[in-house]
Amino acid sequence: MAEYKRLATEQDFKENFKQKKPLMNETQAHYESSRCLFCYDAPCMDACPTGIDIPLFIKQIQTGNTVGAAKTIYDSNWMGNACGTICPTGILCEGACVYNNQDVAPLLIGRLQNYATMSVIESGKQLYSPGEENGKKVAIIGAGPAGIACACELRTLGYTVDIYEAKSLPSGLTVHGVAPYKITNEEVMAEMDYLQNQLGYTIKYNNAITSKAQLSELEANYSAIFIGVGLGVTATLNMTGENLNGVHGAVEFIEELRMKHSEIKIAHKVVVIGGGNTAMDAASGSARLGAEEVTLAYRGDKERMGAYGFEYDLAIGAGVKGLFNASPLEILGKENVEGIRFIKTVIVDGKLSTIVGSEFTVECDMVIKATGQAKQGTFLSLIDGLDLDNRTRIVVNVATNQTSNPMYFAGGDAINGGAEVVNGAYDGKLAANGIHEWLTQH
Amino acid sequence: MNKKDKIDLSVNFVGIKAPNPFWLASAPPTNTGYQIMKAFDAGWGGAVWKTLGMPTINVSSRYGSTNYRDTRMAGFSNIELISDRPLEDNLREMTEVKKHFPDHAVIASLMVDTREEWEDIIKQVEDAGADGIELNFGCPHGMCERGMGSAVGQEPEVLKTIVEWVMEAANIPVITKLSPNISHIIDPGLAAVQGKTDAISLINTVKSIVGIDLDSYAPYPVVDGKGTNGGYCGPAVKPIALHMLKDLMQHPEIKNTPMSGIGGIETWRDVVEFILLGATSVQVCTAVMHYGFGIVRELEAGLINFMEDKGYTTIYDFAGKALPNVTDWKHLNLKSEVKARINKDKCIGCDLCYISCDDGAHQAIALPTDGSRIPTIIEENCVGCNLCSLVCPVEDCITMEKFDDGKEHETWHELTESDRIPDTWNDDRAGGKGHWVPEPIEALKTKRKDKSGWKK
Repeated sequence: MAEYKRLATEQDFKENFKQKKPLMNETQAHYESSRCLFCYDAPCMDACPTGIDIPLFIKQIQTGNTVGAAKTIYDSNWMGNACGTICPTGILCEGACVYNNQDVAPLLIGRLQNYATMSVIESGKQLYSPGEENGKKVAIIGAGPAGIACACELRTLGYTVDIYEAKSLPSGLTVHGVAPYKITNEEVMAEMDYLQNQLGYTIKYNNAITSKAQLSELEANYSAIFIGVGLGVTATLNMTGENLNGVHGAVEFIEELRMKHSEIKIAHKVVVIGGGNTAMDAASGSARLGAEEVTLAYRGDKERMGAYGFEYDLAIGAGVKGLFNASPLEILGKENVEGIRFIKTVIVDGKLSTIVGSEFTVECDMVIKATGQAKQGTFLSLIDGLDLDNRTRIVVNVATNQTSNPMYFAGGDAINGGAEVVNGAYDGKLAANGIHEWLTQH
Repeated sequence: MNKKDKIDLSVNFVGIKAPNPFWLASAPPTNTGYQIMKAFDAGWGGAVWKTLGMPTINVSSRYGSTNYRDTRMAGFSNIELISDRPLEDNLREMTEVKKHFPDHAVIASLMVDTREEWEDIIKQVEDAGADGIELNFGCPHGMCERGMGSAVGQEPEVLKTIVEWVMEAANIPVITKLSPNISHIIDPGLAAVQGKTDAISLINTVKSIVGIDLDSYAPYPVVDGKGTNGGYCGPAVKPIALHMLKDLMQHPEIKNTPMSGIGGIETWRDVVEFILLGATSVQVCTAVMHYGFGIVRELEAGLINFMEDKGYTTIYDFAGKALPNVTDWKHLNLKSEVKARINKDKCIGCDLCYISCDDGAHQAIALPTDGSRIPTIIEENCVGCNLCSLVCPVEDCITMEKFDDGKEHETWHELTESDRIPDTWNDDRAGGKGHWVPEPIEALKTKRKDKSGWKK
């Protein structure tokens, strides 16, 4: 039944979580880059949230100027390597490649991007230097993609930057929340080190900002503050049995998987509840850990799932079984999870409704809830005059990412409610320039 | 009997008979009897043996190439000299090849200095069984520094004298191979004909530097930190060869001399093009150096297919057929008009046609305003230059459509003859009626959009 054997060693982990987009070799990069048409006002650039000059960096790879290619990428996106690997490129740049219009395979833009960025990361080539110190200090809360991008940009502008990070590693979801077959921890950290070595910002790890007093201290010591706190833990379902042994949040499950690799214990029969990309990662991850049976249970039909089609295909390819139109009623068990009771659903007039008397039970010994992350509302309410929208997202000026409290700027999942690493990288860079403009004027 | 059986590819090139017109040019692929036997076995109809002459010493390395994106050896250059193998070995192998392949053409390429040397070596290759002789007056590197090769090809008088010596001595057909490193190919061509050569082959390699090594600051191929000009060949030189072949084939005193076409031939299409300009055998080198003798399968299959399609049974049925259509610019119809058409169903939206026309040609293509990426032709500005159709990456997406009714015909020559040369700028297609160019300041108005907003 299971497609993957259970993990015993780190080698098993590497095999079961083989990289989806492996690094290209020189020959691959040569032939692939030669295919680029160098479109005018290229659609791939337009599709990239950070607007990387993709035709230029591909041309640079083609002409042997790999360092120049990396510079082109980092000039637009400080998370250039991570994004090349984990971006949903099929939806973004590669999805926009004009070759698609004649059913010719689109350029492998993400992998070409990694070819360029990894070459400078591995060689340690210095592409950037801090700007002339201007004597001003900025605090960043959260060392995720947005925070790191903001820090890098601010350093080039001459600011002193301290990042306050709750965890012990930088890059946020890139290292904690992305399925391990998309990028390795080593690769993420290599880029983090590469950037920090060149630009010299400080990251204060295990240093969560959670209280009013801490915020007041930051306000007193820094000229501006960037909020890149992302989202919280997996949201609660308010369902019977949620506290049984064997019930996990998807975000926490993936984080554990990223940190512990083969040391993680997977159950035999796993049910993942949810239909988003995180659900796909959790389901796929469970299967690759060697669970005998993995069921992906979603309350709506397949078409309604929030996940990208290719993410669903990846999970199915790993041996995951889809269960649609099944809404969970309760998690069964005494101390440990024994199953989930579902009710069948149907869509009537565009609305999901349950079918009376259609309850059924799926046996399992592990449940992963991939039903969204909690908002950071409690923390955000500590900041004076910070406007949030009705989905608890911080409201910002889209030209500067400045919040309603002018000293605070924000970006990433905290303002968009949960998106890609590339969106965080864009926000962080935009906010840094917003901060610079604001501090220059005041 | 099927059609294919009716097709006869054999040639009789001034008495040199071969089962087909596909010959190997005098070059590294014809360095040994082993290679030539292998080639004949693979399907080649003839081979011009790598040039025999006097002892030489070669350098290491010897070849360089022009690579274009993922295409290797779009152009190829060498600094190798004539055969560096002992003459007696070459002659012995030549005899053996002829013994195994009596019906294939074996031609000895020769390059020596004095009249006595020419007479002596001609006798030797005739005794070895060669079907013909080719005079190497083209090699543009090394040998020319010793007064041979292109040093002869560039001096029509000297060339003529040597051809006369050879014709007096030779009992087998003689082909004079010309160098393209000259302003007017007619000069050496005419000299060869006046020297009574039986046939001409062209082109030899083009004097060239294929590139500079950016670390050693020396041209390729680099020999111990230095380089020299090489002889350029391969697909990149085909247009030069076709043009020179045409010049000779249209010259009244030269056109009756059989031509063997050489220069960048790799596919059946190349072969047909050379034949259409009058060649009745073709010689190939670079393509074999790249892909091996096996490519002859594609040449033969393609040529047969073309001949079947067009109803030809021998290559002589269409040799020179394009020559009447190659004329001087002054005889082109000034009233003929084509304009570009974009097939919207095929367009993939790369917009290379737009930018190439706007930056590189006549500002005759407009970007869409409907949110699509399919551009449109500005008809009054389209001069029918072809650029958009050339850059378009999709087959038959941009086509050039005829716009005139075909009734009017007027040439520059006719205008000249009737004293009607215009004294004002009133060409319909430029600056005059209908056509417009944007004001210079318009160039600065369209900045590339910057969605990021951080580069202020």
